Amino acid sequence: MPGGAERTLRRRIGSVSNTKKITRAMELIAATRVARAQQRARAARPYSEQLTGVIENLAAGGASVDHPLLRQVENAQKVAFVVCAGDRGLAGPFNAAVIRSAEREIQALRNDGGDYVLITVGKKVADYFRFRGFEISESFAGFTDNPSYEDARAVARKVRDLFDSGDVDQVELVYTEFVSIGTQRPVVRRFLPLEDTSTMADAGGGDAEALASYDFEPSPEGVLEDLLPRYVEARLFAALLDSAASEHANRQRAMKAATDNAEELIIKLAREMNRARQASITTEIMEIVAGAESLGDDKGGSGLIELQLAETESV
Amino acid sequence: MAFQVEFVSPEAILYSGEGTQVIARTRGGGEIAFLAGHEPFIGSLTTSEVRVTESGGNVQSFCVRGGFVSVSGTKVTVLSDQAVASSSLDRDEVMAELAAAEAALAANADDQFAAQDKAWADLRLAILSGSNASAAH
Repeated sequence: MPGGAERTLRRRIGSVSNTKKITRAMELIAATRVARAQQRARAARPYSEQLTGVIENLAAGGASVDHPLLRQVENAQKVAFVVCAGDRGLAGPFNAAVIRSAEREIQALRNDGGDYVLITVGKKVADYFRFRGFEISESFAGFTDNPSYEDARAVARKVRDLFDSGDVDQVELVYTEFVSIGTQRPVVRRFLPLEDTSTMADAGGGDAEALASYDFEPSPEGVLEDLLPRYVEARLFAALLDSAASEHANRQRAMKAATDNAEELIIKLAREMNRARQASITTEIMEIVAGAESLGDDKGGSGLIELQLAETESV
Repeated sequence: MAFQVEFVSPEAILYSGEGTQVIARTRGGGEIAFLAGHEPFIGSLTTSEVRVTESGGNVQSFCVRGGFVSVSGTKVTVLSDQAVASSSLDRDEVMAELAAAEAALAANADDQFAAQDKAWADLRLAILSGSNASAAH
């Protein structure tokens, strides 16, 4: 039996070091993907900055338009939630944190007598809400770790259909904000209706007054009408990119922790294995000594066997 | 006098360079040419061709699927969620897209998205034939 324990431990050490190799590889892959996702988020910034710039100029020019996307509703009863997380697990609390925030919001809405429409982005989100018996209006998946603008457009189109047709009064976006490589947090942001143009311009932080003398073609209202849908898409795209970068950063951290744990476990198991081996050797010696002693008792105490034993032990 | 020209798409900056003239087609306004010192202008673009005359005299052509042109004294920025340099168009790809859009239109004549897709494909085909013709002259 003691020899059996040693063998079991050796096998466990083997399997833990295999796991460690895998988690280490995943950590390295995630690390490179975080860098790439950040790079893409940076590349996307000029476009949304320019769009915000145009809105600033429009606001300064005094354009106001009665666009459906700006339609404010007091006391929204029907709210759509766009919940963005990942397709895959093994990313620490990434998926769970977003899902928890979303579920809390939905419960709060229900307690106030409102109704929800659920749009999920990412397989994990859809799986969870389906399992918990929520009604999912539409689910998107397959692009969360590397979203393209086309993907954002598809989601935005669905959201706008819901909002334009008046099926929902308000749209909330739940996703993970990428603050820095070390900090990502789940946030719930109002997505639609858009704030009015001057608020958007203020949020953009630009200096609109200095640029107030623009000409618009076909008209300020016409430009704004073309611009708002694109602004919606760009905002959604930015959220998807943030979410993707966050997913990779979370996965990198989770896999680093798993690799460290595996290392610790290997040390602990190796120590246990050595102890088991030593224990089995000691037991065997004890058995031989006991046997020798009983033999010696029979023969009246010859020192010969004890001497041989002492030699084996020192080897 | 040269000024800065930039084409910006949601995923990247497509083109950045110096130009002396930019010609674009705005919604409701027809073709409009911008020279250095043009007064500040923001226009909504149709699905059309935008031509940039570079400082060296070369003319760069781009196809844009809608978008905006924003002009300040020293800079012209074209914002478009879909824009492509005319030199990198691929006829087979455009033909395939055109076929798909026409099939969708045949199934549902009111499909706005398919109509836009068709207009976008038609434009690029016209540019492809046009640029080939001008090369032959």
